[in-house]
Amino acid sequence: MSFKTDYKAVAGLGSAKDGTGHFISQRLTAIALMPLGVLFLIPFMKALGSDHEAVLATYQNPFHALIAIGFFIVGFRHLRLGLQVVIEDYVHAERPRMIYMILNALAWRGFAVAGAFAVAKIALTA
Amino acid sequence: MADTGQPNRPLSPHLSVYRNDIGMMMSIVHRLTGVGMAVTGMLLVWWFLAAAISPGYFLFVDGLLTSWVGTLVLLVSLWAFWYHFFNGVRHLRWDLVKGLGIGESNRSGLYALVLSVLLPVFCIYMTL
Repeated sequence: MSFKTDYKAVAGLGSAKDGTGHFISQRLTAIALMPLGVLFLIPFMKALGSDHEAVLATYQNPFHALIAIGFFIVGFRHLRLGLQVVIEDYVHAERPRMIYMILNALAWRGFAVAGAFAVAKIALTA
Repeated sequence: MADTGQPNRPLSPHLSVYRNDIGMMMSIVHRLTGVGMAVTGMLLVWWFLAAAISPGYFLFVDGLLTSWVGTLVLLVSLWAFWYHFFNGVRHLRWDLVKGLGIGESNRSGLYALVLSVLLPVFCIYMTL
């Protein structure tokens, strides 16, 4: 049997039902993005506009590939959480709000997978 | 009969009563740069997918991103990144209950604004 009281099940969760999870995740991803963002930016800016071979060579370097994959996963999580707040703030009608929230939740996870896949394919295709 | 219509109450947050200041401007721009980088994020995924798919398709997408419109979009994105970066640092400091005074908050805002212009220039200098 469980010794948890009913109170314990709801304590600290607040009206959004997930407590401080959003807040903490937004900050942790922000901190992670400081090194990830800078380390992604420099090789990307060098690769942008260069020929296909050079771009493949850049991301066949495992360090650049790992940074780029990390940047997509963490960056799009941060982006999804931020956009969720924007939707919560500005979209008040029930149905569009629901639709935007669902699209937001699905799309950025999808983009993260797509970005990570693209980098991995380049990195693992010799 | 009771009046069942919407009562004519004032609406929060009373935007018109605020004086424009750097704190307000920095906050609005933080959100704008965040939302704007959503577009940049999708462009980045497109560019990487193109590189993974074929040389021809890469040439097309890379050409779009380095056209004058693409360059403009990416230059604004680069500034947006650094703006959001430094203003984000301000937010993280505030979360640690540091730098919350009016004077120091205005000052850190100004620093963030200046750095957000300098760093893109530095990045371009580093990678050209």
